[in-house]
Amino acid sequence: MTDAAALVPYEEAISRYEPVIGLETHVELGTVTKMFCGSPAEFGAEPNSAVCPVCLGLPGSLPVVNRAAIEYTIRIGLALNCSIASWCRFARKNYFYPDMPKNFQISQYDEPLCTDGWLEVTVDETLVRVGIERVHLEEDTGKSLHVGGATGRIHGADYSLVDYNRAGIPLVEVVTKPIPGTGALAPFVARAYVTELRDLLRALDVSDVRMEEGSLRTDVNTSLAPRGSGAWGTRTETKNVNSLRSVERAVRFEIERQAAVLDGGGRVIQETRHFQEGSGTTTPGRSKEEAQDYRYFPEPDLVPVAPSREWVEKIRASLPELPSARRARLQAEWGLSDREMAALRNAGALELVAETVAAGAAPAEASKWWRGELARRANESGAELAALPVTPAEVARVAELVASGTLSDKLARQVLDGILAGEGSPDEIVAARGLAVVSDDTALLAAVDEAIEANPEVAAKVRSGKTPAAGVLVGAVMKATRGQADAARVSELILQRLTGS
Amino acid sequence: MASHSMSGELVRMTAARLAAAIAAGEVSAVEVTQAHLDRIEAVDQRVRAFLHVAPQAALAAAAEVDERRRAGEPLGPLAGVPLALKDVFTTTDMPTTCGSRILEDWRPPYDATVTRRLRQAGVVILGKANMDEFAMGSSTENSAFGPSHNPWDLSRVPGGSSGGSSAAVTAFEAPLGIGTDTGGSIRQPGAVCGIVGVKPTYGGSSRYGVVAFASSLDTPGPLARTVLDAALLHEAMSGHDPCDSTSIDAPVPPVVAAARQADVNGLRVGVVTELSGDGYQPGVLARVGEAVELLESLGAKITEVSCPHFTYALPAYYLIAPSEVSSNLARFDGMRYGLRVGDDGTRSAEEVMSLTRAAGFGAEVKRRIMLGTYALSSGYYDAYYGKAQQVRTLIVRDFDAAFEQVDVLVSPTTPTTAFPIGERVDDPMAMYLADLCTIPSDLAGNAALSVPCGLAPEDGLPVGLQIMAPVLADDRLYRVGAAVEAALDARRGHPLLDEANGLGELS
Repeated sequence: MTDAAALVPYEEAISRYEPVIGLETHVELGTVTKMFCGSPAEFGAEPNSAVCPVCLGLPGSLPVVNRAAIEYTIRIGLALNCSIASWCRFARKNYFYPDMPKNFQISQYDEPLCTDGWLEVTVDETLVRVGIERVHLEEDTGKSLHVGGATGRIHGADYSLVDYNRAGIPLVEVVTKPIPGTGALAPFVARAYVTELRDLLRALDVSDVRMEEGSLRTDVNTSLAPRGSGAWGTRTETKNVNSLRSVERAVRFEIERQAAVLDGGGRVIQETRHFQEGSGTTTPGRSKEEAQDYRYFPEPDLVPVAPSREWVEKIRASLPELPSARRARLQAEWGLSDREMAALRNAGALELVAETVAAGAAPAEASKWWRGELARRANESGAELAALPVTPAEVARVAELVASGTLSDKLARQVLDGILAGEGSPDEIVAARGLAVVSDDTALLAAVDEAIEANPEVAAKVRSGKTPAAGVLVGAVMKATRGQADAARVSELILQRLTGS
Repeated sequence: MASHSMSGELVRMTAARLAAAIAAGEVSAVEVTQAHLDRIEAVDQRVRAFLHVAPQAALAAAAEVDERRRAGEPLGPLAGVPLALKDVFTTTDMPTTCGSRILEDWRPPYDATVTRRLRQAGVVILGKANMDEFAMGSSTENSAFGPSHNPWDLSRVPGGSSGGSSAAVTAFEAPLGIGTDTGGSIRQPGAVCGIVGVKPTYGGSSRYGVVAFASSLDTPGPLARTVLDAALLHEAMSGHDPCDSTSIDAPVPPVVAAARQADVNGLRVGVVTELSGDGYQPGVLARVGEAVELLESLGAKITEVSCPHFTYALPAYYLIAPSEVSSNLARFDGMRYGLRVGDDGTRSAEEVMSLTRAAGFGAEVKRRIMLGTYALSSGYYDAYYGKAQQVRTLIVRDFDAAFEQVDVLVSPTTPTTAFPIGERVDDPMAMYLADLCTIPSDLAGNAALSVPCGLAPEDGLPVGLQIMAPVLADDRLYRVGAAVEAALDARRGHPLLDEANGLGELS
């Protein structure tokens, strides 16, 4: 097996092959207690403290379904336009692993709770409807820590530690149907789908969806077939894809790698691969062709789940505004074009702008600061926009100070510098740095008279009623005061001088 | 009776009489418990009913009952009565081994719901009773700690898997025992020991804290020397448990009232055609036939009822139960509790799991794990597990059809009386046939009871009459069982157990 895989450059690969992708996303639900017992479902507790006989799988213990987890899953299913089963069962997936307390996982097999839905995503103004195969519920496993050895995997480790706090946390798996026909957009569609799903789950308030903490984990399936062949190729399943960027990179890498295999007359092996965050590559895991038999059978310790129509409709009626609808509403409220709205999303600024507007700023102003000045700062420091040490409330305050004339745009940028440098609140920085615009009329009037004197023709025009011409004079005053003047007040003073109004 | 001491009298009393005597202050719970501990001390070397006896915990529990009585607190109908608990129920103050090496020293951190309810009822748990390993067997010979012996004839098995409990009750080591019935594991030991054994409706008694054998079949239930005692225990241990999803949220059927009523006048009784004939010991069929005639003489209407799919119950059971076993017993891997073999720093977790399971499980458990693993494997699932579940549905329908015509069904509890220790250990099929008559009710989940109906003339050993009732009609079992018991005791002039002499105490 060639580990350092040969690659075909992406554009070339796409010119000859058509990718089909699919995504399986695991989401830890944010229920108070675990899936089948009363232990707290919390993140970051002392190892093996959030456990009980049930989630430890002690002999004699029995599971009882968490009603909230069923409700959350139905919410997800409804938001993804799925049908909700009127009767379904849990199943046991049997395999041995030290972090599985019972050596079987309670999951759903051929009777998932939600089936056959869709989620729409937009990439480069292309709308793609991603089909949802199923949404099902299962329990998470414990977490192994393999100490010693080169790989961090169980083989070769000196010893292993297991934390069962995670064992039994409700886990929802959202599986897409195969997504064909996206061509060169495939990696972006994959990323856009996970992004949209994450935003949807956040809006539904069913999970904290933190990829870095593993509460949202995605496996990416990729296959290639020669363009125009009409056939689908053999797929690989890439695991360990733990960020939105990695989703995109994993698909891209697999396309480049599989194209090289096919170009060389080889056969893509159906296998699990692991994404390597550092190199952006994938490496082979276990082959599906020698996969173990999970011996699924209906879980005899649980009765079937049969959500009533009334309950499902009640849940449907309680769904919050979903991200796509909210975006459409905000776009209309803010008066943005599709392109502007897309730019806002791509910059990761949508939520920040929304919060800034909510804090009192005008939409155009909020958008201007986040997309412009702050986006530039984020770019320079290589940080995510949302990770900048400035809050929407602070941005709103800066915008307010500009609107009221206390700050000019130029001064506002200096205030933002101060906020990012940790100097305090906008008002504290204005005071400490002495940044308020010159509002002393006597100081301004001298500059105004100077400007009128230096531009007699313009002054004449203004006197004759062509007030827009006063802009030239305002500019001159602003220049003279190094931007510390309130432009609006300057304009007023000029008009008073020249027209007496 | 060999002993005429007070202690000897106490151990021969029924649970109902003991509870009444304790409540009335005629005897203390501590005296009753001590009498039973003395009896265990005297005979259990030979009977080997117990894997663990807990004198201190038992005497402390008894003292608490006495204290409550002195304080004038109301006592339950079984307060102060001793009991033998099958070693498959978790107990915080005693080991729970399931008769297996793999759990030899396991001390559970929690009580089973049944354990908890017994404690709340003031029942005194004397210790943990022997059983076939993980309840798989019909003789206790599969116990990793050696077999129990039948107090009628110590060279014979006491039945199984709840054979420790049945032997303890039969040998007057405890008036009450608790077992679990998955394929007949309460009724069959009850029958071959000449005592009463009841499998309640599935879901009527909680499985929480019962180490699972086959989850869709396991049913805890009582063993006792009289039908009324069984009813009292049935009532005390049963009822809805939110910790068991398969527990039925309905009132416990009025079993105690039914046992006191003991009236079958006008009741429609169906004799199952398929549970008779070749392979049945003639003396068993003779005694069961007489019991049916007795019922008729008491006013019951007897008809013969065919349940055609019962013939397939045994093979279906031996696919469904092992399938669940293969999954339920996967957790015993030496990683978290119990036996661990081969952890010498050179072996992988997988190797340690494998060595532990090889050393910790007995032959029958391994056989069933392998059977079940095969039955569930991809490509065979439909032909084995799937087909067996279809048969299960057909058996449920047989019962449904039968219960449209009759109120209860009857049959022998087992095809034969107690067999000699060692006779069937090398012949699993012969061992499995001991549960031929009891398995249909396990598969259907309905209620069934075994009540003694005399001794087989050819070997002088007890025969059980099985009574089967619809789901949640457990009370009917007690009406019929109590009527048979009363009529036979009256005809005989004494309880059947007075004739048991395996311990050589009768002169």
